[in-house]
Amino acid sequence: MTYTQLGFLMVVGAVLIDLLVLRTRLVTRKGFWVAYAIVLFFQLLTNGILTGIGAFRYADDAIVGQMPADGGPPPMFGEGRVVFQPFEDLMMGFSLCLLAMALWIFWGRRGVQRTPMAGPPIWRSGRWARGASPRPASTHPGGPGDSDAST
Amino acid sequence: MGRFTYFAVLAFIFVGSAWLEIALRTRVFRRWKRLLLALAVPFMVFVAWDVWALATGHWSIDPERTVGLDLFGVIPIEEIVFFIVVPTASILSLEAVRSVRGWPLGDEEITP
Repeated sequence: MTYTQLGFLMVVGAVLIDLLVLRTRLVTRKGFWVAYAIVLFFQLLTNGILTGIGAFRYADDAIVGQMPADGGPPPMFGEGRVVFQPFEDLMMGFSLCLLAMALWIFWGRRGVQRTPMAGPPIWRSGRWARGASPRPASTHPGGPGDSDAST
Repeated sequence: MGRFTYFAVLAFIFVGSAWLEIALRTRVFRRWKRLLLALAVPFMVFVAWDVWALATGHWSIDPERTVGLDLFGVIPIEEIVFFIVVPTASILSLEAVRSVRGWPLGDEEITP
């Protein structure tokens, strides 16, 4: 099986696990897609550097794109490349991060260290807040006062 | 940077995401048991995939860009660190978005 086929299978598998196995349904949530956009930006940057300088090389028969015949570096775009990296890497990154994020939510929902929940940012309360009152507890269920075990 | 190239990129990813723990109070490292449970399965699946792909020749890693510690004879130590640092960074991003926007993510209540 090629990297292309495996990458596609992993994306489908991760989405099905999120929707049907863990039932976390992260792919239906805005918060997930904004977080993934941040992850994608940094993947394009960091993986782009490593593939661009040739630290990672891919076999021509494993991915859609072909390397230049003259043995030179891969193109920035074209030949299935997105910022030097094969688009197959984006499928791997998506499935890896979706799986990890879905499991994080899954265990939280089961009561494993569900609290203390994230937030608020330090500039909204605490030392750096300038005259701002802390967010109401209702905005952050699971904040101080929510007693279910942080076990 | 030579043989520390890959490690330098990993350090950038780690530092570039870990500051959210303090600035946005993501409380991901603080909930380390939950983090380890979330990382365990993807870690095993993707390391196995990586070992197989390196052995099959789907991709290869320039030995001049790694420190040269290879596990199982094929997988550079950097790859092992990658499959811990990157999923952790994705969870930190998720909690960072929650911290700033307060959007629900499905774990607002316990549902066994």
